[in-house]
Amino acid sequence: MSTRHSRSAARLMMAPAVVLLLGWMLVPLTMTIYFSFKRYLPLRGGDLGWIGWENYVRFVTSSAFWPAIQTTLVLVGGVLLITIVVGVLLSVLLDQPMWGQGVVRILVIAPFFVMPTVSALVWKNMFMDPVNGLLAHLWKFFGAQPVEWLSDVPVFSLVLIVSWQWLPFATLILLTAIQSLDSEQLEAAEMDGASPLSRFFYITLPHLSRAITIVILIQTIFLLSIFAEIFVTTQGSFGTRTLTYLIYQRVLESQNVGLGSAGGVYAIILANIVAIFLMRIVGKNLDA
Amino acid sequence: MGQITLEKVTKAFGEVEVIPPLDLTIEDGEFAVFVGPSGCGKSTLLRLIAGLEDVTSGAIRIDGTDATDVPPAKRGLAMVFQSYALYPHMTVRKNIAFPMRMAGLSQDEQTRRIDQAASVLNLTDYLDRRPGQLSGGQRQRVAIGRAIVREPAAFLFDEPLSNLDAALRVGMRLEISELHKRLATTMIYVTHDQVEAMTMADKIVVLRAGNIEQVGSPLDLYRTPRNLFVAGFIGSPRMNLIEGPEAAKHDATTMGIRPEHITVSTTEGAWKGTVGVSEHLGSDTFFHVQSSIQKEPITVRAGGEVDLHYGDTVYLTPEADKIHRFDQKGLRIE
Repeated sequence: MSTRHSRSAARLMMAPAVVLLLGWMLVPLTMTIYFSFKRYLPLRGGDLGWIGWENYVRFVTSSAFWPAIQTTLVLVGGVLLITIVVGVLLSVLLDQPMWGQGVVRILVIAPFFVMPTVSALVWKNMFMDPVNGLLAHLWKFFGAQPVEWLSDVPVFSLVLIVSWQWLPFATLILLTAIQSLDSEQLEAAEMDGASPLSRFFYITLPHLSRAITIVILIQTIFLLSIFAEIFVTTQGSFGTRTLTYLIYQRVLESQNVGLGSAGGVYAIILANIVAIFLMRIVGKNLDA
Repeated sequence: MGQITLEKVTKAFGEVEVIPPLDLTIEDGEFAVFVGPSGCGKSTLLRLIAGLEDVTSGAIRIDGTDATDVPPAKRGLAMVFQSYALYPHMTVRKNIAFPMRMAGLSQDEQTRRIDQAASVLNLTDYLDRRPGQLSGGQRQRVAIGRAIVREPAAFLFDEPLSNLDAALRVGMRLEISELHKRLATTMIYVTHDQVEAMTMADKIVVLRAGNIEQVGSPLDLYRTPRNLFVAGFIGSPRMNLIEGPEAAKHDATTMGIRPEHITVSTTEGAWKGTVGVSEHLGSDTFFHVQSSIQKEPITVRAGGEVDLHYGDTVYLTPEADKIHRFDQKGLRIE
């Protein structure tokens, strides 16, 4: 990009992509904002005109709002906690030279290839089913009363399912990070008298901190919009209604597009707050 | 105290024997340099002494006690790595403190030793920086500082200067030599650079394919190389090795003569030749002379300002008492 000519040529060539992306983002965003100020009930009269901020007020003051926020945060936090703790341990394990390393690595990555809907259905029917599920059989084998996962501990069950899906992602990123750790550093620490545990806490973990922040950032963005897993398991009942699911219910189950759109705008704001917050952490971490 | 003895030490990686049975003693306070071409097993040998690799058979004694199965941290040795292996997320102070922290030393003692090491190594102003903010030479000094504070029985250096530029390398060479004089601790230093070996060592161990070719002081090796390999490896520029009838005149299969032991004349001498490429270093000039006695040019050292040019005819005369003779097996004939 040195000369003025190549700069303008570059701008010209980037233009179609920029326009497409802008349209892709702006059209739905504008429509959401447009509907959020309307009273729009498709099956009960359609567009009933402008109503100002009423949708926004109704969405927040509804008794479902704060529990939904709480569920969202618990879900995201729980999945992050599990994927990162287990992901770090798995990546340390997979980094060890062992027989069949390639096959094991592919097996670990496999859950990521399964569609969210499919994996949630598999978990629901094959593992967590209180009568026929594998976990129920396991419980019975030890003489315990099978847990009714999706109704007794619904949020925890969801956290489990989603963690299972996202663990490969975390493991993969952390594994590549751990492979870039200079082995001489570990040897130096060993000569300095650090036990394997201290080597992990003083050398490996700080080395992974950057990768961990990146995993947190990316996963948070995707986890905020978890939908399919809830849809095919609990349908939002038993306190598993997240913000995303609440918006879906408002739009499709209550057939209130305006109210749902207002919720959508709240979700955008929430996601942006999280993103800015995380960007700052990551930025700080990347500078060091 | 730091006498290190290797007894019939071998090392094999799977089927490949990297180090055949090897005996070596490094005396307390000695500066020993392992030198050899890359892949000769010198780093492996150092790692065996450090305990980072297990010996396949044989024994390693440190101060007379068997250390063969002692874990690295308990051997009382400190190592400086080629990449320095500093901990990037810790400040210089924390890097240096790390081994003491692991050993559970008191805070006062840690501070005392850090300050001492920092003043010895001129690091006082940099204690609160991170390794990423330091130059190569400073990082090297931090790595040495981290080794010093452990007050080890011996220091192990694994090609510590190979990542530095030429000028810095000369400076660090002096600093390490000075450090050795001051601490009088055993040091084992691995390098592929024979100049480093010659300038720093009390004792040079020349290795080839895991075998010790010769052990001796730098001048021993320079004056009486035991075989062709050592003759060719020690000394810069390389010794001229001449085969054929010229060597036969001296009852040898190969005769060796160092560039600095050949007299150049424009009028008369033993071998006639033509000047090829000449390298002017200011203090010295190296001529590559093409002669009739063999295909390869003969390297000759002359004074700094000798007026010889490409294509000039010269006569070379080797100094008779400086000729090295080697037999068919490449061993020295006395």
